[in-house]
Amino acid sequence: MTSTLRLDGVDRSFGDRQVLRNVSFEVAAGRMTGFVGANGAGKTTSMRIILGVLAPDAGEVTWGGAKLTRQDRRRFGYMPEERGLYPKMTTREQVTYLGRLHGLDAPAARRATDALLERVGLAERGDDLLETLSLGNQQRAQIAAALVHDPEVLVLDEPFSGLDPLAVDTVVAVLRERAAAGAPVLFSSHQLDVVERLCDDLVIIADGGIRAAGSRRQLRDTYTVPRYELIVATDAGWVRDEPGVTLVELDGARAVFDLPAGADEQPVLHAALARGPVRAFRPVSPSLTEIFREVTQ
Amino acid sequence: MNVTQATRLVAEREIRVKLRDRTFLFGTLFFLLIAAAGTILPPLLSGGPDSVAVTESAAGPLRAAGLDVRVVPDDRAAERAVRDGDTDAAVVAGPTVLAMDETPEDVVRALSSAPPVRLLDPDAVDPVVAFLVPFVFAFVFFITSQTFGVQIAQSVIEEKQTRIVEILVAAVPVRALLAGKVVAGALLALGQIALIAVVAVLGLQLGDSGGLLTLLAPAIGWFVPFFLLGFVLLAAMWAAAGALANRQEDIAAVSTPVQFAVMLPFFAVIFLNDNDTAMRVLSYLPFSSPTAMPLRLFTGDAAAWEPIVSLAVLLLAAGAFLVAGARVYEGSLLRTNGRTSLRTAWRERETIG
Repeated sequence: MTSTLRLDGVDRSFGDRQVLRNVSFEVAAGRMTGFVGANGAGKTTSMRIILGVLAPDAGEVTWGGAKLTRQDRRRFGYMPEERGLYPKMTTREQVTYLGRLHGLDAPAARRATDALLERVGLAERGDDLLETLSLGNQQRAQIAAALVHDPEVLVLDEPFSGLDPLAVDTVVAVLRERAAAGAPVLFSSHQLDVVERLCDDLVIIADGGIRAAGSRRQLRDTYTVPRYELIVATDAGWVRDEPGVTLVELDGARAVFDLPAGADEQPVLHAALARGPVRAFRPVSPSLTEIFREVTQ
Repeated sequence: MNVTQATRLVAEREIRVKLRDRTFLFGTLFFLLIAAAGTILPPLLSGGPDSVAVTESAAGPLRAAGLDVRVVPDDRAAERAVRDGDTDAAVVAGPTVLAMDETPEDVVRALSSAPPVRLLDPDAVDPVVAFLVPFVFAFVFFITSQTFGVQIAQSVIEEKQTRIVEILVAAVPVRALLAGKVVAGALLALGQIALIAVVAVLGLQLGDSGGLLTLLAPAIGWFVPFFLLGFVLLAAMWAAAGALANRQEDIAAVSTPVQFAVMLPFFAVIFLNDNDTAMRVLSYLPFSSPTAMPLRLFTGDAAAWEPIVSLAVLLLAAGAFLVAGARVYEGSLLRTNGRTSLRTAWRERETIG
């Protein structure tokens, strides 16, 4: 049984520097929620507050409507931004240990560890000391450490940074699997293309405040300006003289232009057809990067 | 899972890692060798009873005194035995005792009639032992609390430095982390001392110095609870010091006050152990009572109620330091940007739900 994770009016300061201002957002059950923002925008602080590693100055975190307790949090899977495990322990040992700290009994922790190490491709190096593993393998160990107790909520801070492409695939597969099982999954990233590819919902934070939140489609609709791409057979420079057109990009026969909100795009198409063949004419959706730029400005 | 279970898991891990640590294992082995050598060798080196050359007619009382008697035909042969180094001494007509450069007290005693002796203070201890025992107690407490204290601090810093602490804190209460480390340190320290004590006792038996053991037993009995509480007191300080640091390199800087708290009582007990007033004061002060009170019990200076009062004072102090240490630990554990000042750590404690 899993349910929505909510932050409600969370404030947090360090000394006299306020890093979170009235932060509220939701991570819905069964959805992958991407959490994006520039460095220092407040992503890590928000995640630490969700995990109870930091206390909020005001506001609260709820899960399924009830205030989060330590017992709840023990069923969370957390990958902190700054990675690290015990260098002098074997991977198998510390993943088992973390499983037990999260409430598994000894046999269950061992079984879960064996299964996970197999899954992330570390089964054969499981009994080596962590410090002897390559950086990529240490990252895999870190993933195993976050998932060993089969968490009901996943909070992952920059889970893809520093991962090799194979490990990225593993993490993505695991995240999707957890979400499909009904868990709320929150992950932060500054690689907007990755977020765009993976997330169902999106939360954008800038300067300690939430600037936009919602499903990817909602955000796209909200922040879409009517933008079109036109490709003709010859030079497309004439488009800039059409009524209402703001030229965004011109490259020989290709033009990208905006129209005022609510304006009809058909007159431009007619004009183009009147001048000769039209190879392409289509609306352009803004990329996440563009939305991000717009809302954080 | 409650705090106790979490504490157990943390302590188990600390102990398991330590028991695989070569430095720790070799250190323990080294102490065991010292304990064995220190108890077995001295009686062996002192070489048993004096040997004495004597004619058969005068041998009786010397045999009765348990000396190593070599019967020689005449006084001339007896003197030659001493000159040749065959025996330590000789007894010739007179009776006169012959020896090379040192009066053989045992031989003289065997031939004299001593007046009866009545001891008015029968507890008084052999001055050599009286000098050595305080040193051993103070040394054991100093070395173990220092070694295991530093290890607690290092383990705290390791978790901070590798950032695994963030995962740990999200899973278990901070005080379980602290308690687990202190418990593991105390168990390891006590285990190491017990092992050394067993070897030392065996050594004393082997070296036939069992009498000293009976004399020491009550002091050792009291030393255990004093040691444990004293250790907890210092361990709380070491853990807090470790949490203030950010890298292993910082450990010297942050632990200076703790080093003083270990070192000053050590030297005070060593240098003031024949000053009654000073020892009485030291035996109640929390940092020195773990060594000073068992010592006063050993020399028979303390009344029966005194160790109980002192233990109670130590218990209160250890409790207070544990609470204060936990607060500093919580306040600085997650500050990974450089060293944290004690004041910041105290004030800005996170209230983790």
